[in-house]
Amino acid sequence: MSTGPRKRHGELRWGILFIFPWIVGFLVFVLFPLLFSLYYSFTNYNLIGSPAWTGIKNYTGLLSDNLFYISLWNTIYMVILGLPLHLVGALIVALMLSANVKGLAVYRAIYYLPSVIPLVAAALLWRWIFNPMFGILNAGLSHLGLPQPGWLIDPVWSKPALILMGFWGIGGSMVLYLASIKDMPKELYEVADIDGANWLQKILRITLPMISPIIFFNLITGVIGYFQYFTQAYILSATGYGSQMQVGGPRDSTMFYALYLYINAFRYFAMGKASAMAWILFVILMISTLVIFRSSARWVYYGGETRS
Amino acid sequence: MNVNGTMMKRVPTGLITRRKHRRIWGSIGKHLLLALVGAVFLFPFFWLVSTSLKSNQEIAIWPPLLLPKHPIWSNYRDAVLAFPFLSFLWNTLVIAFLNVAGAVFSSAVVAYGFAKVSWPGRNVVFFVVLATMMLPFQVTMVPLFVLFKSMGWIGGILPLVVPHFFGVAFYIFLLRQFYMTIPMELSEAARIDGANHIWIFSKVILPLAKPALAVVGLFQFVASWTDFLGPLIYLQNESQYTLQLGLQMFFGQHNAQWTLIMATATLITLPLVAIFLVAQRTFIEGIALTGIKG
Repeated sequence: MSTGPRKRHGELRWGILFIFPWIVGFLVFVLFPLLFSLYYSFTNYNLIGSPAWTGIKNYTGLLSDNLFYISLWNTIYMVILGLPLHLVGALIVALMLSANVKGLAVYRAIYYLPSVIPLVAAALLWRWIFNPMFGILNAGLSHLGLPQPGWLIDPVWSKPALILMGFWGIGGSMVLYLASIKDMPKELYEVADIDGANWLQKILRITLPMISPIIFFNLITGVIGYFQYFTQAYILSATGYGSQMQVGGPRDSTMFYALYLYINAFRYFAMGKASAMAWILFVILMISTLVIFRSSARWVYYGGETRS
Repeated sequence: MNVNGTMMKRVPTGLITRRKHRRIWGSIGKHLLLALVGAVFLFPFFWLVSTSLKSNQEIAIWPPLLLPKHPIWSNYRDAVLAFPFLSFLWNTLVIAFLNVAGAVFSSAVVAYGFAKVSWPGRNVVFFVVLATMMLPFQVTMVPLFVLFKSMGWIGGILPLVVPHFFGVAFYIFLLRQFYMTIPMELSEAARIDGANHIWIFSKVILPLAKPALAVVGLFQFVASWTDFLGPLIYLQNESQYTLQLGLQMFFGQHNAQWTLIMATATLITLPLVAIFLVAQRTFIEGIALTGIKG
């Protein structure tokens, strides 16, 4: 390979030529909006006229906004309760499927299928399933002699209902786990069999460490995704129609952060306040990601690495 | 074989059959469990279709009927006629088609610049591409709206389409991973023979990358078909609504007509289920590919 300065210079020009569309897109649709968002967060701006500088008023205003705390709490509830349940559920199904069963492809397709259907259709279907009067879920519970919560109309049960619905969509994470388990060298299990390890030991000592990079990946994307939880909450909580429409109920129990941000921006046209919320979300996500990255050195195992 | 043979002789036959039995029962148990969980996963689909074929009286019966006594197929006709379904379908298809074309082509070009051209600073810039994937949409949502508004694009499909023509980070990542598996010698040999990168890209890499491009096209189609937040923000007159937005609006107007709502939901779900069943391998391998970087 000739890598003279002229050649390298030529390659730089080619490189930039090929990624040029991305550079333009990045500047116009990502970087400038990001900076403008920061600027708007220090202004009062309702789309009419130009933004008026108000300093940190949007941020201090949020500190005394009750609904801001409620939406943050609802979101954290989903992140610390819904996400782990989702990840563990996906892992259990992947482990079940990895145990060399015939017809793996059929089972895998069944478990993945709900993940390809549109969120709006899925959410409306679950709204019908959760219906406290005529819903099939409460019919099943009553048949089993179990209590029948009001689900989406009960502030205590609305978030658990969303988590329950979330189990239906574990397919994406499950497929990643499964691919990673199937990639593991078979010898590891054979050695463990010779040593007389039982199935639980094999899972804890071999499978989990070997697929820890995927657990890490699912955790990071999951935290980012759950902090932006929006469509399901919007569809499942919407009541009324047109300008009378309300979302986030009952009693703000499904008012999630992204939903409240959306309402501030496109219902109240409080663009400055919405931007301040966006930047707070951005900072929370950066810190969470950083903490998970930092901790990963202790629990994520990359093949080829020797652990001391 | 020999080792097994000697082992067999030593173990009493009763133990072997017991072990064999245990294996068979274990396998039956496994299938039973998988099938049971599978039934739970399939049940909502069954309930979707079953409800869509019931009469308004039947959905109000307690306890609910598992199946309608006489399936009412006309629910589907009524659902399609109850709101501008065909117009929404057309809008969705136009957006999805443009997005697929834009995303596949632009991402294929950009990924080449990251995989097959070696230039200083390439890895740093690629890291920025990956970082943009983690950026929540909420952070750019408001300024993007202001930008599109200043261009007079709000209320039209351009805000939903144009950004896809500048490379989509996730697909750039996927395609770069794929290009990396194409031996470097192929492009380097052509380079030494005096071919330029445009020739190598279009004549060597693109033909080889067809399966990966299909994955990207498939992912983008599903993403455009199912998108809700984008159309919710940017589309303002009903004549331009997509199916997802239309279904939500329809629900708002006809709150209690669950049979028609489920019929419409079935109709907008069916194409995706069909695509998935046909292209299952492509789908699942494409998704497994996303986790590679770990």
